Amino acid sequence: MMEMETLECKHITKRYDTGKFALRNVSFAIPAKGIFALIGRNGAGKTTLIRMLATQLMPTSGSATINGIDVVDGAEELRNLIACVPQEARAVGWVTPKQFVTSYLLWRGLGYSEASRKAVAALDRLGLWKVKDVQCQKLSGGMKRKVLVAMIVASGAKIIFLDEPTTGLDPISRNELWNMLRKLKDDHFIFLTTHYLEEAERLADIIGILDDGRLRAIGTIDDLRKKVRYPYSIKILSKVHVEKPRNGMIVKGIDENYQVVTTEKEAHELSKRLISKRVRFAMNPLTLDDIFYYIVKKPIEVESYDEEDEW
Amino acid sequence: MKDRFSQILASILVNAVYAMINYPVVLISTLLAPFSLFIVIVFVSHGQLLSVAVGGALIMTMISSGTSMQQDLSHLKNDFKLQDMVISSPTSARMYLIGMAISEIVYFLPVLLVLLILTALYISTSALGYFEIFAVMTIMFIFSVSLGFILSTFTSDVVQSWAFSGIVSTLLSALPPVYYPISYVPAVFQPVVYLSPATYAAEIVQAIVNPGLVNFSAGTIAIDWIVITAVCIITTFIAIKKSRWREN
Repeated sequence: MMEMETLECKHITKRYDTGKFALRNVSFAIPAKGIFALIGRNGAGKTTLIRMLATQLMPTSGSATINGIDVVDGAEELRNLIACVPQEARAVGWVTPKQFVTSYLLWRGLGYSEASRKAVAALDRLGLWKVKDVQCQKLSGGMKRKVLVAMIVASGAKIIFLDEPTTGLDPISRNELWNMLRKLKDDHFIFLTTHYLEEAERLADIIGILDDGRLRAIGTIDDLRKKVRYPYSIKILSKVHVEKPRNGMIVKGIDENYQVVTTEKEAHELSKRLISKRVRFAMNPLTLDDIFYYIVKKPIEVESYDEEDEW
Repeated sequence: MKDRFSQILASILVNAVYAMINYPVVLISTLLAPFSLFIVIVFVSHGQLLSVAVGGALIMTMISSGTSMQQDLSHLKNDFKLQDMVISSPTSARMYLIGMAISEIVYFLPVLLVLLILTALYISTSALGYFEIFAVMTIMFIFSVSLGFILSTFTSDVVQSWAFSGIVSTLLSALPPVYYPISYVPAVFQPVVYLSPATYAAEIVQAIVNPGLVNFSAGTIAIDWIVITAVCIITTFIAIKKSRWREN
């Protein structure tokens, strides 16, 4: 049953006319359900991959299938099943949310009355009823983004591509959008890209890490933790001397602060010693931020940490 | 079939109807555009070139719809990412092109209405003559919207779109003798104006609306028809087959 409810990429490579490789031999297979988040720095190749899967861009080589349908040869069939909100997409400024969502549904082939009815229902569902007749350009950034979500909700497409959907949104609007996506994930497959690692950690069932066009890691957050040799981190919040653990490292983390990364067992042993010395510290399983940092950019290791060292 | 009608309707609504409803001022702007040079020509010629200028305005309105479509589509593509949203939907490049082309006609309906009245008042010809004018207008419309579509799919921002638009306007609007006979163009420049398909269209229309003013042979007119038809077919083919819809 590999072909059903599966997104599979085989050796996808994209080389632009300039000679630059955007993707290099990317291969993976994931269930096409729930939320998949592709994370990476700017220029990592996230948008190139999502545009390819959303049938907007041809690969240079390799292939990809969604639910067994090839994104190149089966593009016409696939376009009935997918909806995509590109990076920096906006609802057309001079139309109202109702007019915009209705028009999008017309492009998807619905009749006018059905499109209009579904548009109003989706806008209502997303709390946009009051602004449905206001020109989109007069809406806030968060509202505009919600209009696009209403558009894909109304479309009935089961496979949704969102390229950096929360970029530029304030924390409240971002949270509202996250809640909407959580509601959608039960009966949709959402493929999103983001460079907000918190977004991926809080939303995604599966996370992929893309760097310089290469897929560095893919899996659940627990899978990704296992990719890192030492899955626990201790950030010491008091001035104290700490020796490098037997199994572990002292490293400069993503926040430029030093931390001890080690095994779960040694982390607990060290924590007991720190407690006995009344040292303040924070012990956590590695966050996605840490994991991303370790996978994409090798951290700087030091032999020991002293109180004189910079925090 | 119903699907395709819906897809065409979506483009007409977004690009024409909703724009006109929400910004009625665009109607005035659109209405004035083809008449600026028309008025100058009529005044300078003391009305002698009135019928030729009406014929010219008919052609220019069709060409303007193409340049206008290029700007509209570039704006929708680059500022709203609409083209990418539509690509990932069941709408094909062809349906999008047809819908947007018709939206431009809807946009230019007020102008066409005025020109229709002027044609009735100042152009006297046979039924075949009117049909030929209509055919030239249709060919120039298909040619210009196809060209506009091709260019819009290749633009990556609005500034680039303006540049394309400027070049196309010069080649199709300023250069060819649409509002006056080609004999008014100095002989040394005449080969240059024949680079524009609008010149061939103008010759056909001018021979119909004011046969006393211009004197083209049957062979010249036949060549004019062949040129505008061929250019139209080639441009339309490229628009459908070679435009950058799904990018390589």
